[in-house]
Amino acid sequence: MIKKDSLPIVVTGIVLGVFGALLVKFGNPPNMGVCVACFLRDVAGALGLHHVEKLSYFRPEILGFTLGAFLIALITGDFKPSGGSSPILRFVTSAFVMIGALVFLGCPVRMVLRLAAGDPTAIVGFVGLIAGVLVGAILLKQGFSFGRTRKLSKWNGYVYPILTMGMLALVIIKPDFVHMTTKGHAPLWISLAVGLAVGALAQRSRFCMVGGFRNYTLVRDTYLLQGFFAFLISAFIINLFIGNFSWGAHPIAHTNILWNFMGMALVGIGSVMVGGCPLRQLILTSEGNTDSGMSVLGMIVGAGLAHNYLLAATPKGPHFNGEIATIAGIVLLLIIGTTNREI
Amino acid sequence: MTVEVDARGFGCPQPILKTKEALEKAGDEDIKVLVDNSTARNNVKRFAESQGCQVFVEEIDEEFHVMIKK
Repeated sequence: MIKKDSLPIVVTGIVLGVFGALLVKFGNPPNMGVCVACFLRDVAGALGLHHVEKLSYFRPEILGFTLGAFLIALITGDFKPSGGSSPILRFVTSAFVMIGALVFLGCPVRMVLRLAAGDPTAIVGFVGLIAGVLVGAILLKQGFSFGRTRKLSKWNGYVYPILTMGMLALVIIKPDFVHMTTKGHAPLWISLAVGLAVGALAQRSRFCMVGGFRNYTLVRDTYLLQGFFAFLISAFIINLFIGNFSWGAHPIAHTNILWNFMGMALVGIGSVMVGGCPLRQLILTSEGNTDSGMSVLGMIVGAGLAHNYLLAATPKGPHFNGEIATIAGIVLLLIIGTTNREI
Repeated sequence: MTVEVDARGFGCPQPILKTKEALEKAGDEDIKVLVDNSTARNNVKRFAESQGCQVFVEEIDEEFHVMIKK
């Protein structure tokens, strides 16, 4: 029986699962209905930070997450611009979260969509994510903190939503100077509508893909976990209905066990350190949290680097550069995590 | 006596960790947790209630005072 308090988080999970799975049917890449890492990578491409044209598009889902969360936060009074909690360390940490995600080939959202489609390599990623979250929880218990944030003027909080509106204008107008793929995406208005709905719901429910495991580890709180599992189960059911479930190899995924694990472990550690998964960072940014804004910018830059410097894996497997970057990222995050304390 | 925990300026999960530590240290004293965002308010409230405490929340100047009675 679902408690009344749990309703928002369960509804968010179900909407994300249903539409995450269905968007593939409408034209999004396989099992990539609403992968936040993949789509920020596509945004990086559309901004010209890498030059893989088929991975360049101002994904309306991502733009919708921001604008949906921004509008609902304005209405409910949750829009409270803040910042100053180790911004540049958050930028670096999140750049490595993105690199880890692109070594695995997906953020925790896509990991669940891959699990729900029967991809066994996603199980390895899942185990890696949990391992990373456990390491992050240990760092928190030992006193890791990026420090307090403080209130900022409203305009600090408006910057990212305004940038997002600019990107939305570009994807609608499609000017010649912006290089975007014309394939591999659902119709703009469907994507935008799903993004707006999920963004608004996730703002209200505080939906997070790593927070559930972190909070359960720390204080046995199951609130966010209910959203995670509602998402997994609903995506699984939709995949069964639309014929997208099959046990075995899946597209845009590799079978290297070690690097599926390591990539997601890096995502887990970094996400706990910055206070939430990539999706949650987008939502917090939309509420005016400029520390999370630095995380989002770090992920976009990290995605550009990942493709320019051959850090991202391909369906054939991880690239050597990506393996080195993943190890370097884990070591760096452990150093940051053991040396930063509340001042 | 009331023990005051200042968790302003923190998102998840530091406010819960600070509340947990205070609950473990406090004897019969009440605890007042100061937070400045609704996520932290909800998390602290839910955590304290899960520990069998009574919880009252006051909103003062865009901040939340979460009063916890054991």
